[in-house]
Amino acid sequence: MNAPLGAAGPGDAVADLAAVSRLYHMGTDEVRALDGLDFCVRRGEYWSVMGPSGSGKSTLLNVMGCLDRPTSGTYRLVGYDVNDLDDDELSGLRSIKLGFIFQSYNLIPQLNVLENIMVPLFYQDSPPAAGEETARRLAARMGLADRLGHKPTELSGGQQQRVAIARALVNDPELILADEATGNLDSRTAEEILALFDELSREGKTIVFVTHESLVSDRASHVLRMRDGRAEEVVVQREVNGVRP
Amino acid sequence: MITHPLVRAVRTGVSSLLLHKLRSLLTTLGVLFGTSSVIAMLAIGEGASYEAQEQIKLLGSQNVILSSVKPPEDPNQGSQQIRVMSYGLTDEDFARVTETFPAVVRTVPVREIQNEVRYRDRALNARVLATTPEYQDVTGRLVWEGRFLTEQDQLSLNNVCVLGTEVARYFFPLKPAVGKKIKVGGDYFTVVGTLAPRMPTADNPAPADADVTGEVFLPFETAKKWYGVLQVRQRAGSRDMTEVELHEMIIEVDRAENVELVADGARQMLSQFHTSRDYEVLVPLELLARAEATKRIFNIVLGSIAGISLLVGGIGIMNVMLATVTERTREIGIRRALGAKRRHIITQFLVETVVLSVGGGLLGVALGLLIPLLVERFAEMRTIVTPTAPMLAFGISAGVGVIFGLYPAWRAAGMDPVEALRHE
Repeated sequence: MNAPLGAAGPGDAVADLAAVSRLYHMGTDEVRALDGLDFCVRRGEYWSVMGPSGSGKSTLLNVMGCLDRPTSGTYRLVGYDVNDLDDDELSGLRSIKLGFIFQSYNLIPQLNVLENIMVPLFYQDSPPAAGEETARRLAARMGLADRLGHKPTELSGGQQQRVAIARALVNDPELILADEATGNLDSRTAEEILALFDELSREGKTIVFVTHESLVSDRASHVLRMRDGRAEEVVVQREVNGVRP
Repeated sequence: MITHPLVRAVRTGVSSLLLHKLRSLLTTLGVLFGTSSVIAMLAIGEGASYEAQEQIKLLGSQNVILSSVKPPEDPNQGSQQIRVMSYGLTDEDFARVTETFPAVVRTVPVREIQNEVRYRDRALNARVLATTPEYQDVTGRLVWEGRFLTEQDQLSLNNVCVLGTEVARYFFPLKPAVGKKIKVGGDYFTVVGTLAPRMPTADNPAPADADVTGEVFLPFETAKKWYGVLQVRQRAGSRDMTEVELHEMIIEVDRAENVELVADGARQMLSQFHTSRDYEVLVPLELLARAEATKRIFNIVLGSIAGISLLVGGIGIMNVMLATVTERTREIGIRRALGAKRRHIITQFLVETVVLSVGGGLLGVALGLLIPLLVERFAEMRTIVTPTAPMLAFGISAGVGVIFGLYPAWRAAGMDPVEALRHE
């Protein structure tokens, strides 16, 4: 289905940033975390965002995740201009259209695995009836079928990140945002997690993966290198959806 | 199936609280003691005022009671002398009161005779009261067996008597009292009836010793004939003689509104004809009003104490919840990132606070219901737990949770998601 708003078809822009700036005030200093950035992520693309610390990667992720708003410029997520949306609507967008995967897993300690996976559904205005089915299916896919009743503290780092990935997929998001998702894992586990991302990408998921490891960026279809809040370089490593760069 | 958000919020709240069991328990203590003290104090207060009111009601709310009071002894008089103490209400007072006030329905004279009551070899220091048949109506006493005194008894100067419950039980625990002859002083009286207990309760055991004050009623005129108005009491070295015409006079007034009027009139009248204050005017209705006022003050004081303890409990809860919110900043950030709206966060923390305070409230209600039982058992005080008290206490504790939970919840919801996620 190709609705004008909300659902992006193949090749359509999922996230579209136009001249986006984000300014912070640190005392008297003004910091431009994003400085007139143009950036467009199309459906099915697997972007790796790289850059030294302070280059604006995290700010970009926050803006793309609707956790932060641009100071100037426009950001459209699946057609919605975030400048037009209030806090509740942005929250709604996050619960339906976005999936987050963090470096430190960010699971909720008092909930078990199944509940953690289902958290995004809890906050939807009309949660899908088969939500729990989806969550169980995703858990099984992540190899967590026998861990559903466990608390996050009873799991290894790799398992926790798998729970987080299942959680990011449970609402069938338009865009998956990963922030150093392998940063806390040993290389073997990181490799497994990256293989999962490859799998998701092959299934047509749109992914933006912020990292500083070239191991990650090698697998992405596109690489955005940032410096001082600007796009320094954009590399297309392979074609997606038959769209040429 | 996705469960209802509120059910989930309660479940999450409970599991969050269970992560810190001791802290949660300590936090609820304030509300626990607050609610339990509300219930216990209300129950004790209610019981005490009930007892007082019952006793006052027994005197009759439409009655004014005049009674004779022995004036203080004159220290100038030698104690060795034989003398006659003459004081108290007189037959003239009785006639004047009866005739003067139109609002007076009837007046009942009561004389108290200082004599021992005997049945065969058993003796009892009962109150022997000489009165008229109207006494029964005016005081609302019920006949248990036989009949009360009648007009015929007065006219014929019959040697009959009616026994109060305690006396009847003491002398005739197993067989009917009617028809038996008891001895008051030196004279025999035939029992014609017994009275029902004042408060007909099952747990009113028969007196086991002779000290208990029962009542024996004699016809007024008969008693006057046998005992006169002069009472002599022999003591070592002296003889006390007292002359009291009437010990008590019960005035029944037609309407409750007129009670005050008659009481004031009687006070004025008595003060004109008596040189010393050898009488007392007792108005049960006034006592009742005073008891009500006392109860009101009592309730206000109790309410304030309870209110303060609940306030302190609430502040304790708020304090802990503020700490919890800070502690869980990251969780709030995660939830916000995953799509939680501000109201979801508010609900979550508000529910958690209410779970805390209601948990404390429930424990407090349990404790508050237990305390009156213990008080009744060990302090032998009457307590009354009205159904509203636990509900009130419970409602207040839930309210405390909402009020003191609002600010922490609002703080939690107001956090910037980006900042919250960065929080360590």
